[in-house]
Amino acid sequence: MRTSAIEKRGPLPLIFVGTTVAAAACFAVFGASDSGQNEGNAHESATDTVDAQGVPDSAIEPRADVTLATGASGRNYLKLSLTGLTSAGSSSEANVPALQLGSHDPSRRGFTIQNAELVLTGAVDPYFTALASVVFVESPEGESEIELEELYATTTSLPYNLQVKAGHFYTEFGRLNAQHPHYWDFVDAPLSHSRMFGPDNLRSTGARVSWLMPTSFFSELSLAVQNAFGETLTSFGSVAGESVFGRPIVDRSVDDLGDMLYVPRYAFALDLTDNQTLLAGASAALGPNGTGPDGRTSLYGLDLFWKWKSPRAQQGFPFVKVQAEGIERRYRTDRPRSMFEDGAAYGQVVWGFRRGWTAGARLDRMAGDAGPVPDPFLEERTRSSVNVTWFPTEYSKLRLQYNHDARSLFEDANSVWLQLEIILGAHAAHKF
Amino acid sequence: MRTSRSILTALLILLPCLAEAGGGLKVVATTPDFAALIHAIGGDGVSLKIMAKATEDPHFVDARPSHIVSLNRADLVVESGADLEAGWLPPLIEGSRNKELLPGGAGRVLGSAGVRLLDVPEVLDRSRGDIHAQGNPHFLMDPLNAGIVTRRLTEHMCRLDPASCPSFRENLSRFERTLDERMLRWTAALAPHRGASIVTYHNTWRYFAARFELVADTFLEPKPGIPPSPPHLASVIGRMKQTGMRVILVEPFQSRRTAEKVARHTGATVVDVCQFPGGLEGTELDYFALMDANVSAIARALGGAGPR
Repeated sequence: MRTSAIEKRGPLPLIFVGTTVAAAACFAVFGASDSGQNEGNAHESATDTVDAQGVPDSAIEPRADVTLATGASGRNYLKLSLTGLTSAGSSSEANVPALQLGSHDPSRRGFTIQNAELVLTGAVDPYFTALASVVFVESPEGESEIELEELYATTTSLPYNLQVKAGHFYTEFGRLNAQHPHYWDFVDAPLSHSRMFGPDNLRSTGARVSWLMPTSFFSELSLAVQNAFGETLTSFGSVAGESVFGRPIVDRSVDDLGDMLYVPRYAFALDLTDNQTLLAGASAALGPNGTGPDGRTSLYGLDLFWKWKSPRAQQGFPFVKVQAEGIERRYRTDRPRSMFEDGAAYGQVVWGFRRGWTAGARLDRMAGDAGPVPDPFLEERTRSSVNVTWFPTEYSKLRLQYNHDARSLFEDANSVWLQLEIILGAHAAHKF
Repeated sequence: MRTSRSILTALLILLPCLAEAGGGLKVVATTPDFAALIHAIGGDGVSLKIMAKATEDPHFVDARPSHIVSLNRADLVVESGADLEAGWLPPLIEGSRNKELLPGGAGRVLGSAGVRLLDVPEVLDRSRGDIHAQGNPHFLMDPLNAGIVTRRLTEHMCRLDPASCPSFRENLSRFERTLDERMLRWTAALAPHRGASIVTYHNTWRYFAARFELVADTFLEPKPGIPPSPPHLASVIGRMKQTGMRVILVEPFQSRRTAEKVARHTGATVVDVCQFPGGLEGTELDYFALMDANVSAIARALGGAGPR
C-alpha cells in the first residue's frame, strides 16, 4: 500500500528509461526483421529500417516489400502501438497517493507519468489472436516499474458461438475494470474500482469462456476462472503481509478448486432507436481471501452504458454517453471470523458537444465497513469530478479535470489535473 | 442454486426460438455503398444489414453490439478495406465468433481488392494527417470501380449460394448495362466542364474527379482528418479567388457552415453531395440514383458558376 510521495527522481530521466525499455523490447521482437520499410513510427526506431527523416521520399518504395510489424493494418504480422499518458497538476492534499488510489492516477503534486503502454496484437494462426501489453508506470515514490499487464490469446474458431480467452488478463467484471487507461473518460480511476479491485484493477492469470447467445439482440454469458492470489487481487487472496479491513493477509496454499477466483457475467445490448444503444450487465466475483483458510469474498456488480450519437456524426461527434456501475462486497474473514460489507458506485455523463471536444461529469462514492484502523482505502468518501477534453486527432488528447473529494477520516481536498495522451503506431479499435 | 439452474434451463430452451430464422444469403455491408451494390445483385432474396449510416462519417462508426449479432449470423461481410473500418470493424469480427469472416475467410470480401487505389502515400507520417497507408478508400465514386466491385461481389455470392447464381448473374448483366448507359449520360453531363476545379471538404472526390476529368485537389481540411483552421481557410479563399473555383462539395456529416463561410467570401456555390446511397433523398440502396444526384448537382453548380 502506498505511503507518501517522496520525489526521488524527476519525470524526465524516467521518460528516457521508459523509452529505452520500449525500444529494447521492440528490438527484441523485431531484431530478426530484415525489411526496409517505414510504416510504423515505433517500429522505425528499433529496426534497421530506412529513416523517414533522413532519406528523400523518392528513395522509398512503399509497396515494394512487407514489414513484420507496423502501425498500419494489412501487410504485416503484428500491430504495434505505444500509448503515453502524462499529467500535471496539484491538490490541496499533500499526500496525493492517499487521495488518488489508482496506480494509473496522478500520484503527486507536479508531473506524473501515469502510464506508458506498449501493446502488440495480431493473429497467431487461424485459431488464435493474441495481445501483449507491457506497461511502464512511475510509483508515487518516483521509482519506475515495468510489468507485463496483459498477455492472452483468444480463440477465433470454436463452434457453438463459444470463445475462450486464456493467459493473464483484466477480469471482465462490469465495464471499466477491463479497460486500459486510454479508454477512460476521466483523468483517474473511480474510487469504486480502486476500493473493490485495488490500485491496478482486478486482473490475474486464468481462462474465460464466453457464449454469444442465439437471441435476436446481443446477449452474452461468460465465466472466468483465474488465480485468486497476487497483488492485483486485493479483495481476494492478495499478498501475504498486506492487510485488508485491518486483518493481516497470511500465506495460504491453493488446495482445491474452491481456492480459485470465479467470475460469471451476463451482458446484453439493445438498440433503443437508430441512434441510441443501451448495454447493461451483471457480474459476480467469488473466491477465497487471504485472511485464512476460511476467508471468502463475494463481489456483485451491475453496470449500465447508454449512448446517443448524432446520425450526422462527423468523426463521431456529437454524442452523449451515460455510464454507471455499482459494486457490493462481502468480505468474510477467518481467525477471528467476522463479516465486512461495503459498497461503491460511480455514475458519469460525457457530452461530445462538438467535433473533438467533450465535457464530462462524474459522481463517485464508496462507503461501508472500514475495519478498526483508519485506512484511506476504506474511509467513507465522495468524489465529484468535472472535466473538458480536447482531441486534436484520435491520436492525442488534452484533458483538464477538477476533483472535489469529501472524506470522512481526512480533510476534504480540491485537485486540478491536466493530462496529455499520445499514441504512436497503430490505434486500437474501440469496442462499444 | 436450484432457482438459478431452472432459470438457466428455461433460457436454454427459449432462446433458440427468439433467434431470427430466414432463407437466402445473409450479408453485412460496412457502408451503404456496398449494400447498394449487393442489393442490385441479390435483390430482396438477400437479407442485408448495414453498419454505417449514410449520413455519418465512415471512419468513426460505433461498434454497436447489435453488429456482433448480425456478423455472427452472416454468410458474407463486405468491407472497403484500406483502413477505412480499422477503428471499429476488428473487435466486431472478433466478437462475432464467425470464423468464415476472418481475413481470408470465404465470407470476407475486401471491397478494395482488384481496384487500383489512388493517393498511396510515399511515406507514412502522421504529421501529414490521417493518411491511409494503402491509399484513398473512397474509390466507389468512380463508376467503373463500382463495376469491378460488383463483378467481384457476384462471384463471392455465387460461391456461397450456387442455387441463386443464375439470377445473380442476370442481375449483374442488367447492372452492367445500366452502368454503361449511365456512364455515357454522366460523362456527357460533365464534359462541358472538363478541367474545372472543385473544392471538397475531405479528399473524398479524387476518384470521381479523375474519371470525369475534373480537378479536386483543394480541401477545406488542411490535412486529412484535421478540422479546417482559419489560416487554412483564408488560403483556400485566396486560391479560389485567384483561379476562379466556384463549387464546394459537402457531405451530410461535414460542416456545411464552414463551406458556407468560404462561399460567402468567394461567391461560390455549396453543393450537397454524398458518397453513400441514402445520404441524399431518394437514393436509398440505389447506386445509380445516388450518382445521378451527385452528377447533376455538380454539373448544375459548375454550369451556373461560369465567370461573372
